[in-house]
Amino acid sequence: MNYEAALQEIVLSDARYVVMTAENRAAIRHLPARLNGRFLDTGITEQTMIGMAAGLALRGRVPICHALATFLTMRAFEFIRTDVGIGRLPVKLVGGVPGFLSDGNGPTHQALEDIALMRGIPGMQIFCPADEADLVLGLRAMLESPHPVYIRHTGGTAVIEHQPDFAIGQAETVLNGRDLTLLTYGMLFREAHAAAHLLSERGYSVRLLNLRTVWPIDEQAILQAARETRLLVTIEDHFLTGGLATIVSELLLRHQVMAPLLPIALDNRWFQPALLDQVLAVEGFTGPQLADRIDTYYGDKYA
Amino acid sequence: MLNPYDVETLEAKALRVREHIIRLATAGGCFLGASLSCADLIVYLYTHFLNVSPANFDDPQRDYLFLSKGHDVPALYATFVEMGWMPEARLRNHLQTHDHIYWHPNRGVPGIEFHSGSLGHLLSVAAGVAYDCKLRGQDNKVVVITGDGELNEGSNWEALLVAHAYRLDNLLIIVDRNEFQANVETEALIPLEPLADKFAAFGCAVERVDGHDFGALHEALHHFPYAANRPTVLIADTVRGKGLPSIARRADRWFCNFTQEEVADLLLELHGADKADLISEALMVR
Repeated sequence: MNYEAALQEIVLSDARYVVMTAENRAAIRHLPARLNGRFLDTGITEQTMIGMAAGLALRGRVPICHALATFLTMRAFEFIRTDVGIGRLPVKLVGGVPGFLSDGNGPTHQALEDIALMRGIPGMQIFCPADEADLVLGLRAMLESPHPVYIRHTGGTAVIEHQPDFAIGQAETVLNGRDLTLLTYGMLFREAHAAAHLLSERGYSVRLLNLRTVWPIDEQAILQAARETRLLVTIEDHFLTGGLATIVSELLLRHQVMAPLLPIALDNRWFQPALLDQVLAVEGFTGPQLADRIDTYYGDKYA
Repeated sequence: MLNPYDVETLEAKALRVREHIIRLATAGGCFLGASLSCADLIVYLYTHFLNVSPANFDDPQRDYLFLSKGHDVPALYATFVEMGWMPEARLRNHLQTHDHIYWHPNRGVPGIEFHSGSLGHLLSVAAGVAYDCKLRGQDNKVVVITGDGELNEGSNWEALLVAHAYRLDNLLIIVDRNEFQANVETEALIPLEPLADKFAAFGCAVERVDGHDFGALHEALHHFPYAANRPTVLIADTVRGKGLPSIARRADRWFCNFTQEEVADLLLELHGADKADLISEALMVR
C-alpha cells in the first residue's frame, strides 16, 4: 500500500480528517475526487493553508497539510509556530522532497533545517520515515497523535521488511551489533543500511537504528548504544546544526554519558544540485562512501 | 432600523466599555487608542449581530468573532464585562501572573476564540472556520476584525484570494479604519486608499460605514452577506483614541501607560470635562 492509499483509508474512516495542500498534489493526486470537500487546495499559499488549518482544527478537524518541505516549514514557519504551536492544535504537516530528495532543484528547495525548525516548536512531533513502507506503517499513529506533527515525506522503495509495530519515540533496531552504531532516518536509511553491510563484511559488529521519529527520539535506544558500542555515527541529510547530531549530543550531555560521536551531515552548506544518485556520490553519502568514512574514522580512533 | 432607545442603550454600554478600557491604561498600560477605535464596533457586534454567548460556546452552530490585530483586546475584555460574561473584578488582574488578561488575546479568557498579536494571521484562521461551517452545511457568521495598518501584511491578501476562491460568503471582514499604523498615519507611510476598490478587486463585496454610528452600523450589517458567493468587507471609519480628545488621532499615543491621576483625568475627559493634562511619556515600542 502506498502513502496515498493509506491516507485515503484513514481519512475516509474518520470525518475529522481534512486533506489540504498548497498546490502540491504529487503524493495525493487521486484524493480530490474521492474526498470532495474534505480535500482543500489553497493554491500556492503556504501561510494561508496553515492559518486555515488552524481554523479547521478549532472546529474539531484534523487537517493534513501538504507542501514542499522548504516552503511548508520555512515560508509558513511563523504560522506553524504561532497558530498551530501556541494553539497546540493537532495539525499535521507533510513536507515533500526533504533533504537530498530535492535533487536537481537547487538550494531554494533544499530543506536541510526543517527538523531544527520544527523541533523548536513546543509540542511538535517529527516523523522521518525511511521509505514509503515505513511511512505507511507510522502514518496512523502520527495522525492520531493529539500533537501537531511534521512528517518528512519519503516515497522510496524499502530495502528491508520493516518491523510492523510502530510507536512514537521508538526506534527500529535493524541490526544489533556491539562495535559501532549507525543512527539514521529518512531516505539515507538505504545508504546507511548498505554501509552497515559493507562494514559487517569488514568484520565490524554493527548496530543500525532507523529512528523513525526524531522528536521525540528514542532516548533509551541511543543511551544504550552509547554505553554498549564504541562509536555513534549520525547520518542525515540535514544541516549539522539542529538535526540528529544536535539531538544526540544534547541527549548524551543531559544524561552525562560520554561517547565518541561521528556526525555525518551537511556542514554549514547547501549541496550540489543534480540527480539523486549523483548528489549522493558527490556529497559522499553513498553506502560504500559512508562505509569507508566510518571505517577510517574508527580505525584512526582505535588503532 | 435601530430605535432611539436601542441607540441610547448602546451608547451607554459603549461609554462604560471605554471607562474599563481607560482604567487598563496604567500600571503597565495598554494599547489605548486602538481599543477605543473599535469599542463601538465590538459592542454592537456582541449585542446585536453575533449569536454567541457563554451558553452556546460549545455549539458548532454559533457565530465567531476573531480579533486579528489583537492589541485592541481591552475592548473585548471590557465588552465581556458589560455583557455579564466576565466579572468586572477580573479586569484588575490585568498583567497579573495568576490570570490571562494581558496585552494580546488568548483562549485563557472564555469568549476569546483564538490568540492573536502577530498581524495578518486571523483572516486565514477565520477562513478555515468559515470553510468548515460551509462544509457542514451550517450558516454561522464568521467575523474577523482587522486593523488597517495590519493590512500591510501580505498574508491578508493571500487569504482573501482563497476566501474568494472558495466563495466564503459567510465570512465578514471588518476593517477598523482608524487611519494609523503603530506610530505613523497609514496614508503617510504605506497608503491603503482606495481601500474599498482594493477589496472589490479581490472579489469581495464592500461597504463603508462610520464605525462610531450605531444606527449606520446597524444598517450596514443587517443585510449581510452583501453578495452571494463573495466574502463581505465592511470598512469602518473610526478614530484612534475615540472619546478622548487629548489622545485622539495622535501618532504618539499608541501604547499608553499613564499615572493613576492621568487616568482619573481621562475618565473625566471621557464624560465631557476639559482635556486631561498628560505628562507621561509617549511610548513607541511594546
